[in-house]
Amino acid sequence: MSTPATAAKKKVPFDYSGYLRAGKLPHIWCPGCGHGIVLKSLLRAIDVSGFTKDQLCMVSGIGCSSRTPGYVDFKTLHTLHGRAFSYATGVKLANPELKVIVASGDGDALAIGGNHFIHTCRRNIDMTILVYTNYIYGMTGGQYSPTTPQGAMATTSRYGNIEPVFDTCELAKASGATFVARGTSYHCQELEKILLAAIKHKGTSVVEIIDQCPTYYGRQNKLRSATEMMEIFEKNGTVSVKQADRLPPEKVEGKLLRGILYQVERPEYCEEYDKLIEKVRGQ
Amino acid sequence: MAEKKKKLLQGNEACAEGALYAGCRFYAGYPITPSTEVAEMLSVRLPKVGGKFIQMEDEIASIAAAIGGSIAGLKSLTATSGPGFSLKQEGIGFACMAEIPCVIVNVMRGGPSTGFPTGPSQSDVMQAKWGTHGDHPAVTLTPSTVQEILSETVRAFNLAERYRTPVAVLYDEIVGHMREPVVIPDPGELEVVDREGPTCSPEEYLPYDDRYDVPPFAPFKGEYRFHITGLNHKTDGFPTNDPAIIDWGNRKIVDKIEKNRESICENEAVYLDDASIGVFSYGSIGRSARYAVNEVRERGVKAGLLRPLTIWPFPDGAVSEMAENVKAIIVPEMNLGQMIHEVKRVVHGRCEVVGINRVDGEPIHPQQIIDIIERYS
Ligand SMILES: Cc1ncc(C[n+]2csc(CCOP(=O)(O)OP(=O)(O)O)c2C)c(N)n1
Ligand code: SF4
Repeated sequence: MSTPATAAKKKVPFDYSGYLRAGKLPHIWCPGCGHGIVLKSLLRAIDVSGFTKDQLCMVSGIGCSSRTPGYVDFKTLHTLHGRAFSYATGVKLANPELKVIVASGDGDALAIGGNHFIHTCRRNIDMTILVYTNYIYGMTGGQYSPTTPQGAMATTSRYGNIEPVFDTCELAKASGATFVARGTSYHCQELEKILLAAIKHKGTSVVEIIDQCPTYYGRQNKLRSATEMMEIFEKNGTVSVKQADRLPPEKVEGKLLRGILYQVERPEYCEEYDKLIEKVRGQ
Repeated sequence: MAEKKKKLLQGNEACAEGALYAGCRFYAGYPITPSTEVAEMLSVRLPKVGGKFIQMEDEIASIAAAIGGSIAGLKSLTATSGPGFSLKQEGIGFACMAEIPCVIVNVMRGGPSTGFPTGPSQSDVMQAKWGTHGDHPAVTLTPSTVQEILSETVRAFNLAERYRTPVAVLYDEIVGHMREPVVIPDPGELEVVDREGPTCSPEEYLPYDDRYDVPPFAPFKGEYRFHITGLNHKTDGFPTNDPAIIDWGNRKIVDKIEKNRESICENEAVYLDDASIGVFSYGSIGRSARYAVNEVRERGVKAGLLRPLTIWPFPDGAVSEMAENVKAIIVPEMNLGQMIHEVKRVVHGRCEVVGINRVDGEPIHPQQIIDIIERYS
């Protein structure tokens, strides 16, 4: 088991039970799945963020990663495949006091939810979006997703995937998200810090998290274990944005950047709406 | 008493007035003819009362945001027309399953597909009942005048809040765009039902407490933390695979409406007491039917009209009663025959049931109804 960063500092084990719902474990995730590691990083980040359980609202669509809200002791809403952003927009606009966090698989966020994803980013409504990139549709048994690498095997790409991939972070940035970052389940302590910054950011913050689905992506692509997948995709397949400048180009080429990739300030949607209310009421 | 406030309003504007009267404070929608004026008016009026308006990227997102707004505690509305109503069906099913109150307005236009956007139709009445997958409750209201659009929109919110369920208001392009003088009700004049919140502590709260037909709903505010899902769930809101609980959940969302059929169903009856020929007609065509019935009565023909304001749940009782006394029931509809199947089901061979159908984007004229009444008199 990994040692949580904050717990390491405090020299006491981090107590997740304060944030997890009693009686809801064991979770549904397979052994080796990355989604549980992400949950731990998220809870540690939340612990430091200062938001209380009553203030937090977690929304998700459908997929293995979208089962996350069921385990956390917040206000939680498990909606429809791809639609989490729109439900979350309604919740946040109706009650801006809530801190809204959305959990979404790469298929959920980028395929069926792609349109909702880009428009949510464009509005810059205060919301933290976690996109779990495991290169596959986990819940439905391993079909290719908008992030499945070209050539990779999936139950619907038995001859190797011919589709190009989305770059989630570029898409988020181009769509108007004001905080864009990438982390991995391998670098779980770094992920905790990224998530904390994302939660504290005002506006739409998108964190793409590279994690692994050993059950479907791993097996179909002859990757024998979750650790092998983490080594290939997360440890060796990414490079920290802080180091990238200092490294020779051949060490950066073909790798995904990790860390906070983009952060700007722009008016937040709910605040702008409140100003609009004030303006029309003052007339 | 002071003179009542009368305004010349378009049907879609009356819908927005009704929503505001009912306490609607959240609107999410996507523009589509012939419903767009509902959104346009609410975009102006909602911020003035501190409410929220948002134009979403499509109708799927609109119903989702409206449900989200309701979960966070605001009475929510979305308005659309044919193609948009199809897109909202997935979300309507979620609201049925998770028992989230919200109101969906569908200003019916010609279809299928893009069809005849600027022409009226009544061809979404079955979609209002069966549009979303799975067994589910349906509550659908069909006003026929601009005044009724206002009052039925208020009633739709009341039913949605009382039964924790989505409620659809269906009217068509004719009344949607028609202008008529409307009496704006004073505050307190029409009933307004507000959501019942829990009285128990957050620790004890069960969002689907089986001690109630309609359990109290705690919005996502304050100290009540709980789980909502579109999966079959237990009383605490968490998913289940237990066949007995799945059965309980699927039945109870339908039963809460079935049990209350009598109070949900509202009809207008015109000359039904001694009628020997009946007309069953809803929405804007109900106006042609009323005209036809009045006209033939002047000539001594004993015709009567049953005009349901609630088409779902279907007014089985009223139709059955009519079937006992008449030789024939005429069902004029701006579709190829949809509600007529329900009328036939209830009549069960006790009298003739005759349809008048039109799908050319023109309303059914009173004379068409008169002709058929005379054939059966
Ligand atoms: C409208 C709709 N279409 C399809 C599905 C089936 N479905 C459920 S989850 C899923 C994909 C899950 O993949 P992803 O979003 O990447 O999440 P993961 O399971 O990998 O965490 C699909 C296609 C559905 N539930 N709803
Ligand atoms: S199928 Fe894949 S994504 Fe789903 S729980 Fe198993 S390992 Fe995780």
